Amino acid sequence: MTSPKLDSKIPEGSLEQKWTKYRSTVPLVNPANKRSLEIIIVGSGLAGASAAASLAELGYKVKVFCFQDSARRAHSIAAQGGINAAKNYQNDGDSTYRLFYDTIKGGDYRAREANVYRLAEVSANIIDQCVAQGVPFAREYGGMLDNRSFGGTQVKRTFYAAGQTGQQLLLGAYSALQRQVGIGAVEMFARHEMLDIVNIDGKCRGIIARDLVTGKLERHFGHAVLLCSGGYGNVFYLSTNAMGSNVTAAWKAHKKGAFFGNPCYTQIHPTCIPVSGDHQSKLTLMSESLRNDGRIWVPKNIDDAKAIREGRLNPNDIKEEDRDYYLERRYPAFGNLVPRDIASRAAKERCDAGYGVNATGEAVYLDFAYNTKFKYGKMEATKKGIHNPTEEQLKELGTAVIKEQYGNLFDMYKQITGVDPYENPMMIYPAVHYTMGGLWVDYNLMTNVPGLYALGEANFSDHGANRLGASALMQGLADGYFVIPYTMGAYLSSEIRTKAISTDHEAFVEAEKNVQEQIDKLFAVNGTKSVDHFHKRLGKIMWDKCGMARNAQGLQQAITEIQQLREEFWKDVRVTGDANEFNPELEKACRVADFLELGELMCKDALHRNESCGGHFREEYQTEEGEAMRDDNAFAYAAAWEFKGVSNWELHKEDLKFENIKIAQRSYK
Amino acid sequence: MSGNMNITLKVWRQKNTSDKGRFETYQVPGVSPDMSFLEMFDVLNERLVAEGKEVPIAFDHDCREGICGMCSLFINGRPHGPNDGVTTCQLHMRSFKDGDVIVVEPWRAAAFPVIKDLAVDRSSFDRIMSAGGFISVNTGNAQDANNLPIGKEIADEAFEAATCIGCGACVAACKNSSAMLFVGAKVSQFALLPQGQPERKQRALAMVNQMDAEGFGACTNTGACSAECPKEIPLTVIARLNREYLGAEFCGK
Repeated sequence: MTSPKLDSKIPEGSLEQKWTKYRSTVPLVNPANKRSLEIIIVGSGLAGASAAASLAELGYKVKVFCFQDSARRAHSIAAQGGINAAKNYQNDGDSTYRLFYDTIKGGDYRAREANVYRLAEVSANIIDQCVAQGVPFAREYGGMLDNRSFGGTQVKRTFYAAGQTGQQLLLGAYSALQRQVGIGAVEMFARHEMLDIVNIDGKCRGIIARDLVTGKLERHFGHAVLLCSGGYGNVFYLSTNAMGSNVTAAWKAHKKGAFFGNPCYTQIHPTCIPVSGDHQSKLTLMSESLRNDGRIWVPKNIDDAKAIREGRLNPNDIKEEDRDYYLERRYPAFGNLVPRDIASRAAKERCDAGYGVNATGEAVYLDFAYNTKFKYGKMEATKKGIHNPTEEQLKELGTAVIKEQYGNLFDMYKQITGVDPYENPMMIYPAVHYTMGGLWVDYNLMTNVPGLYALGEANFSDHGANRLGASALMQGLADGYFVIPYTMGAYLSSEIRTKAISTDHEAFVEAEKNVQEQIDKLFAVNGTKSVDHFHKRLGKIMWDKCGMARNAQGLQQAITEIQQLREEFWKDVRVTGDANEFNPELEKACRVADFLELGELMCKDALHRNESCGGHFREEYQTEEGEAMRDDNAFAYAAAWEFKGVSNWELHKEDLKFENIKIAQRSYK
Repeated sequence: MSGNMNITLKVWRQKNTSDKGRFETYQVPGVSPDMSFLEMFDVLNERLVAEGKEVPIAFDHDCREGICGMCSLFINGRPHGPNDGVTTCQLHMRSFKDGDVIVVEPWRAAAFPVIKDLAVDRSSFDRIMSAGGFISVNTGNAQDANNLPIGKEIADEAFEAATCIGCGACVAACKNSSAMLFVGAKVSQFALLPQGQPERKQRALAMVNQMDAEGFGACTNTGACSAECPKEIPLTVIARLNREYLGAEFCGK
């Protein structure tokens, strides 16, 4: 039974009719009233920037906050491969239903049907909007938009702009946002970090933010607050997130009453550049789109793997029959394009068995040699009328195509590793990339705190236990451009009589005081160890015990270790400088203090979920072939945790009903 | 895994915008060639925290994969350091030698005031964008994307201009602190595409006027901006910007 505290507000009616009917009947706010309604948006990535631009266009008064020096820096910018949309431009059988189905199945049947169907429905509008903004997607010679394939699907529905799709989409949304800034419809607060929300009479009414340049704490009122602050992958210290990505906005909201949904669902991305040493500050993704043309393998013979690790053998010298293309072997139907969770676990399985190919034994090959020569090389030779091309010629012709498709990724790989991927196979290993968990939201994207919304990666809603590639950009923009402008009406239409509340209200004063006290407390510790020291140790606990594979014993240990580490942090951290200046150490300290609390909840959630699903793999629950084994009778629900105090949470469950898809064991074989 | 390179850094330290500023020298032993330039700064800052004598060096950075445009640094007289086509975060210590002395400064330009140490204020770029760096299309106004065919060559050229990351290296490289490469990239992207035509003239005028108002200098065609651009935005965008601007001026628009 769904907890009475969780009302998902899913509209009545058939799946296909829900959104159409709802957005035609949801209450509206008239233009004159919109001008007196103020909305605060925290975060300027795809979700935040698109929401800010769209809401300002409608006439609301919008304030946007981001911790970077410009809205354009938000980490959506780093998304590489593409954005999904059910356009069916390729005539290959795509449809709204198929995108919906692929997303639910890819998420291992742990997402809400109604939300996912809506996402699939609006996906096509996103592409139209972005093209109208001047986003230069890749095109074919006839002038039409090009598509590529991504994991977990058998159609080509991914739109892209080389390996910089996130950049182009974000710059599109950023342009739309700056246009509103220019006409005064949006007030922009860059280099500001939200450090608390303010609730008045049970409704969210504003935030406390710190000006990161002057250190001054500010109070800002809003009739509604939208958290578009991204995911919390940096709890692992090493991840593909930006250095500044953090959970603070969502976590402060959680401590002020917003339930945290499915915190243990973490996406470990299979194709990242492996760790090179202790100095490493972040990990770099190599786009999933590379799996279109790259084949993943390790040596078949363990002695070859050993020889490679010791530098005695070059992978290019290993014969075709001595290579184990393990994804093609295990999953012939999807091959190298299985979903991320499956590809990651398969890589770990091979490396754990001793077949890893770099010095640390934690890497597999992603090899383009075959497709360079025999797919693109042959195609180009045919086009050019070269009848008996040599292998050298094929390589040269094919390399030009590979360069055009993935050039920036290959360059990045070479910069970081010093190895030329045009000549040698890439070495890759899974790394933390995305968090499916986040603040629990209803169909309107509102948390259980009235007036407080969460969009994009910051919410828990659409990807279940595993997100498909190229779906994060889709969701962020869907939420911001096409969902929130409608669903806000459901709340704001009843707020038109609420006058702006003075920030001298005691709730604002109290919230600011608490933030100030936390900052003072951080400086007062005056210990011996840096913030990074604690962050690295937390990351190691999380990666070892709450990473790609988890078990009950490890999770219990992790909870104790995190509690101890947190205690040590508050006794021995050293924050240099002072509060009234530009102080990156203080910024990090505030963020790590929150990660140290979140980590515990993630482990607690992982421990309670006695099943494996998607990115959550409990070693105790697997099939004989090592696949994730769900328990639909006991766990077909979203877990929403209510904060009750330090190390104390209450679990609420939202039952997931599958009325349009037959729930089944996921198979990509 | 720490390495065996010994590096001497001469770093610009400036407490805040009004402080005069000075160079400080730091020895950084045990640098690994696999470290990125910013990871070397992490190691140094970690030590400064441990020693407790002076505060760590402030510098801007975020994605550390060469795309957000937040990192900067003028390294041995060149924006983003000695290698072509990379940002500072993608510069690795294997590009230096054991015993090297490296001078590190912030971007120097009147329109980019120093906030602290190596971090500067580039909000002038945002204001230029607000003046005209967009196509005025409200959410929901769009037609089906494939109703507007765009030739591959045009799309590719627009994309090339659109890959600008707004880091400001072009301004830092220019002896006049001109922002013509940055503005030219955005104006070119939209001038090339059919979607950008309706506002083409007013866009060029508005962005150039704002650029001048922010205090960026004039372009004297030395080409340093493009040579130092981490995304290798070509000089042709400046030529196009000049044409667009003059065309708009002559039309009296």
